[in-house]
Formats: sequence, structure tokens, C-alpha cells
Amino acid sequence: MNRAVWLWGILFALWLVLSWHFTTLLLTFGVATCVIAVWVAVRMGTLDRESVPVHLILRAFAYVPWLVWEIFRSNVRVARLILAPRLRVDPSIVHFFASQRTDLGRFIYANSITLTPGTVTTGIVGDDFEVHAIVQSEIDGSEENDMNRRVTWLEGEAAP
Amino acid sequence: MMEQAATALSWALLLGGAFFLLTGSLGMVRLPDVFTRMHAAGMTDTMGAGMILVGLAVYNGADLVTVRLLLILAFLWFTSPIATHAVAKAALSGGLRPYTLGAGDGDAAGDGADRAEGGLPS
Repeated sequence: MNRAVWLWGILFALWLVLSWHFTTLLLTFGVATCVIAVWVAVRMGTLDRESVPVHLILRAFAYVPWLVWEIFRSNVRVARLILAPRLRVDPSIVHFFASQRTDLGRFIYANSITLTPGTVTTGIVGDDFEVHAIVQSEIDGSEENDMNRRVTWLEGEAAP
Repeated sequence: MMEQAATALSWALLLGGAFFLLTGSLGMVRLPDVFTRMHAAGMTDTMGAGMILVGLAVYNGADLVTVRLLLILAFLWFTSPIATHAVAKAALSGGLRPYTLGAGDGDAAGDGADRAEGGLPS
């Protein structure tokens, strides 16, 4: 129930930001639309820790800036690779271990890997991630371990 | 003074974003196969689009349009890795083998661009 309220609040905030018209008619439409959307989500049974991960919000404030910094660093690395006169790519499929217990945690880790250029998650089997790396010698495991650790921390003490 | 600093910062961000877009596009041409090109495409929609949107937000100042610009960025960064993953998955299940250096035929010294087309299942 709590999650339904959260979802409604987030959806209505989005409505307000996108519309910014405070007439009675449009506000009524907004309230009604969000109620219908939440009702559909409840009816479909998709309202859970995965679809409305509000328990992650606080820790996300610590994780996202770090992720943005990582994205910037790996962007610079791939840019240098592309602009080098001699193309020194050495792509390969590598495997990462994911220590997250929930699907949501793994989803965040997989997306974080893909968001940092140079590595793209191509497949997930349990806790084994199949990752395409553009320069395999640059994958020494330390950075990926760091990201893995941080996502596991972000996920918190969630029940599986 | 503050105004000028914000303008300068937004210019720097816009130019940085343009640089990453251009480099990503160059990567699309230079890199040998679909998997390596995905990394270049990833550059354009993380830092390229990201720096341009943040640059526009800084230029615009603190108001509603800025919130909307940052929303675009958030949605983009949530969805683009999923699209990238879908492309990779489709290429793999279509039987395309990733280009590797060790695959060793004659053109190992080249950039491998001519091999990329031949990636059908053997």
C-alpha cells in the first residue's frame, strides 16, 4: 500500500513538472490519470520492490555521482582509443562475478557496466555476467570489483 | 560575474558534449564490428548527450525547463543501456561472432574492417 502511495506521488510529480498548468481541470486529469496508472500496476501485480525501488533512493544519492564520474573516466578512455592514429582495440568477451542477491541489484550492476563505455553486458546467467570489453587487457578486475561492491551496498540488506 | 561564469561553464559543457558526439561518430566508422561500435555509440548517449543536456541546463538557469532537461537525461541514461544490451543480445543470438585480434588470418595487421561483414555463423 505504501508503495502505491509512493508510485502515485512520483507519477503526479512527473505530471506536474511536465504540465505546470494549475487549473482545476488539468489537475483533476492528472490526479485521475495517476490513480488509474497505479490501479493498473496493482492489478497487474507489478507493484513490488523491483518496480518501485524507493528503498534505494537515499543510497542512490551516493552511488549516482560515483557512477557519473566512472562514466566520464571511461568515456575519456574510449575517446582516446578511437582518436589514436593506430587503432589499438583488443575486444573480447570476459566474465564478471556479481555478488548482488536480488534481480534488481543485478539489473543495476548490468546497466552500470553498459553505461560505462568500454564494457557492455551481453548476458547474465545467475551471478555470472558475460561482458564484451573493447580492450580486454584494461579489464584487470579491480574496477569491476569496485563497482560490484558499490552496487551490492546500494542494494542494501534486501531479502532475496 | 556569476552570469558570465555560468555562460562559460555551459559553453565548456556544450563543446565537451560535441567532442564526445563527434568522437563517438568517428568510432562508428573506425571500429571493426558491431560489438566494438556499441562502445562508441555508448559514448554518444552517455557523455555526448549528457554534457549537452547539462550544458543547456546550466545555460538556462534554475527553473522548470532545467528540471525537464535533467528528466530527459535521467530517462536517457535509464533506457540507453537496455537498448545497447538488446542490440548485443540480438547480434549474439543472430550468430555474429565478436571480432577478436587472435582470430588470425591475413588482415590481423589491418583494422579488421573488412572482416566485420563476414561475421555469419560458420
